[in-house]
Order: sequence, then structure tokens, then C-alpha cells
Amino acid sequence: MTETLNPAGIPEFPGARAAGCPFDPPPALRALQGPGPLAKVRLWDGSTPWLVTRHAEQRALLADPRVSADISRPGYPGQTPYRGGGGLSFIMMDDPEHARLRRMVTAPFAVKRVEAMRPAVQKITDDLIDDLLAGPRPVDLVEAFALPVPSLVICELLGVPYADHGFFQDNSKILIRRSSTLEERTASVGRLNEYLDALVARKLAEPGDDLLSRLAYRVKAGELSRREAAQMGVLLLVAGHETTANMIALGTLALLQHPHQLALLRDGDDPKLVAGAVEELLRYLNITHSGRRRVALEDIEIAGQVIRAGDGLIMPNDIANRDATAFPDPDELDIRRDARLHVAFGFGVHQCLGQPLARMELQVVYSTLYRRIPTLRLAAELDQIPFKHDGQVYGVYELPVTW
Amino acid sequence: MKITIDQDRCVASGQCVTAAMDVFDQRDEDGVVVLLDPSPPAGLAADVRQAAAVCPALAIHVEE
Repeated sequence: MTETLNPAGIPEFPGARAAGCPFDPPPALRALQGPGPLAKVRLWDGSTPWLVTRHAEQRALLADPRVSADISRPGYPGQTPYRGGGGLSFIMMDDPEHARLRRMVTAPFAVKRVEAMRPAVQKITDDLIDDLLAGPRPVDLVEAFALPVPSLVICELLGVPYADHGFFQDNSKILIRRSSTLEERTASVGRLNEYLDALVARKLAEPGDDLLSRLAYRVKAGELSRREAAQMGVLLLVAGHETTANMIALGTLALLQHPHQLALLRDGDDPKLVAGAVEELLRYLNITHSGRRRVALEDIEIAGQVIRAGDGLIMPNDIANRDATAFPDPDELDIRRDARLHVAFGFGVHQCLGQPLARMELQVVYSTLYRRIPTLRLAAELDQIPFKHDGQVYGVYELPVTW
Repeated sequence: MKITIDQDRCVASGQCVTAAMDVFDQRDEDGVVVLLDPSPPAGLAADVRQAAAVCPALAIHVEE
């Protein structure tokens, strides 16, 4: 942005990544990490919230009950002029309302329940790889594999017909694109809410063994309004496929660019190595790269500073996960390191609800795809790959591969 | 080692179960933490510390 818009020399947020470094956070953001754990940045609307640059302070603040996730509070550093409109459910609420709603949907994400889904996810993955191997080359891995795996899984879990994937994937893309206008977002949330509301109505009449049916049951019991049920459905559906899809495609690209790491993963048969590789790729890649947003409810003393009540806070996991005090040689992708304390899923009560499922899906995919297609390689130069620089969730729009 | 948990704070992330499944479990109805063993053997101490460190809700307290 121009100097006139930025008289105090406060850097703009978010900044751009460096050319040729698609896996690394913007250099301007990294530069703020050196001087200290807190810095000021300037947003699109001219506001100047705090940027929390380091791993320890991000964890402390994300877990602090004096910090609010309520997007409607003054001082909340919004990513866009969009203020929710009801499509985002409990991720933008505080306790106790947040906990009341979230606990209604936690059961299917319990570790043992997720483990029980592993054979089904393995079958989905194997079937899609069969199709890949039988199909033409080169192929776009995003369209043919990375998007279908999590979409099929979340449809099964929620009870959403997979036949509608074109509709919900297109609307999710609008929500996740930073450049979408307020009108586009509002329309997209409206369409998704309407769709989920109709589905909840159908589950009320004909319940199945899925999460939407259990929400419908709560609607019937008067514990939840139909609107709340539909909004939760939208949240889970959008968050459930777009994020994991980006981890699959971007993770594959990162591994293809790090052949030694790929070989370690492909040739090892220890589930712990695979689980560790998933954690490391989550730490290294940071597909959520827009900075978690909060607002202080009270004055908070941290790292020798006072964050005032009403001050906005931005906590980008991409720099916390590259904090050398938490992860030695943070810019090295090393699948054998212990990366489990990363904050790719956030921290505190709002930590990603779907993380056990995402982890399991990624373990299945990363331990299957490169073993079944050991000669997998890019079918384009790295600088030809379209990255989602404009996405609230980072990744690649397309990944042409062959073998 | 003595462990206490806070079920009201728990957000059912289940990472304690992944870290130390002989010590922690989750309730069927909502995934909230259940403590299986409040004073586990020394051999599990590292796993329990890991469980407490990854708990996003700070719902696990470990007294050494």
C-alpha cells in the first residue's frame, strides 16, 4: 500500500509471500518476529491491531478466557467487511454459548470414533487411486483426488448427498476467496444455509445414522433451532472438505519438492512415522494463513506489554510454527521431528473441531498415495502452479501430476 | 505423578487419548475427557506430560 495510507510505518497485514518461496510465510511477517512477541500491523480498514508473532504468546492468548472470538465486538480485527451473517456458527462465539453448541457435534470426532472410520477412508482413498491409475495422464490431483477424498468423508459423516458436491464446493470457494465481495459472501452463505436447512428438514422426517440427523433430533427436542442446526451444518461441511483438500495437494507438492523426505515417508512402514509426517506437514505448510483473529475483553499483561481491553489481536500460525524458539531449524521440512506442539489447528477452546478426522485422513492419504504411485511427479514447472495467494485457506488451485 | 482433569473446560479434542490412551478416554455422548488412571506408572509420565501440553483447553493438570 502507499506511504500516505501508512504514515506511522506500521506494516500492512497480510503481506505477500516471497517469489519462489510458496511454502514460507511472508518475509515482512517473519521480520516482525525478531524484535519481539508483539507488533502492530495495519489492516485493510486502517485499524492497527496487535500481531502476536511467537508460538508461546500465541498459545497463551488463544487459551486465555479474557480473549474473545466474537466477530461482532468492537475492536475485532475483521478479515473483510463481512461480519458473519450467521453462516459461521460457534467459531465466532464465546463460552458458554460456544461450548453449548460445540458439544452437540463433538461426539463423532472422538478419537475412537474417528479410528473406526479409518477403513472406510482407506477404501475411498484406494478407489480414487484406482481411478487415477486407470485414467488419463497428466491429471489435476486437486480435482481428481485431493478434493474428493475429504468431500466424500464429510458427506458420509454429516449425511450430505455427495452428488451435490459441485454446489457446496463452488460456494465454499466463494467463502474462502479473500477477494469475494460482501454481496458474494452473503449470497453464498445464504445458499448454503438454505441447502442445509432443507437437509435438516429431510432428516427430521427420515433420520439416518449421521450427524445432521442427530442435530435434527435436537431440533425436535427443542435444544436447538433449525437455523442453528443449519448454520452448524454449513460450518462443518465447508471446513470439512476445503482444508483437508488443500493439505493433501499442497502436502504432495511439498513432498515432491523434498524428494528425500518423500522417500523416507514412502519407504517407512511405521504408523508413528506417518503420524509424525502429518504433524510436520501441518506445521510446515500452514494452509490457514490469514491469522487467527481475537479481541481482548480486559487489559492483559503479556511479554512486558499491556494489551488493552478492546484491542484486536491477530495470531498467524504460519509464523508461530516457524518460531525457532519452539522448533529448531524451523524452515526445514523434517518429517522425523516432533512437531506435535504446532498451532496449525489453533489452540484454546476454538481449536479445530475436526482435527482428529483431518489427521486420520491425512495419515491415510500420505501413507497410501506415494506408495501406490511411487513415480508420481509434477507435470508442470513449480512456477506454473497456481497458488491460492488470495485464499483465506492456502493451497493450490491445480496440481498437474503424472507418473 | 498425580493427574487431575477439568471436564467443564474440556473441548473434546481427544489429543490426550492419542498421547496416552491408557490414561485418558472420551465420553461416548460428547467426547469429553475421562480419566482412566489418576496416578499412572512412571513409564507413562512422558506421554502424560505430552497430553497435558497438547490439550488446547488446558484441562489436564499434572502434579509431579
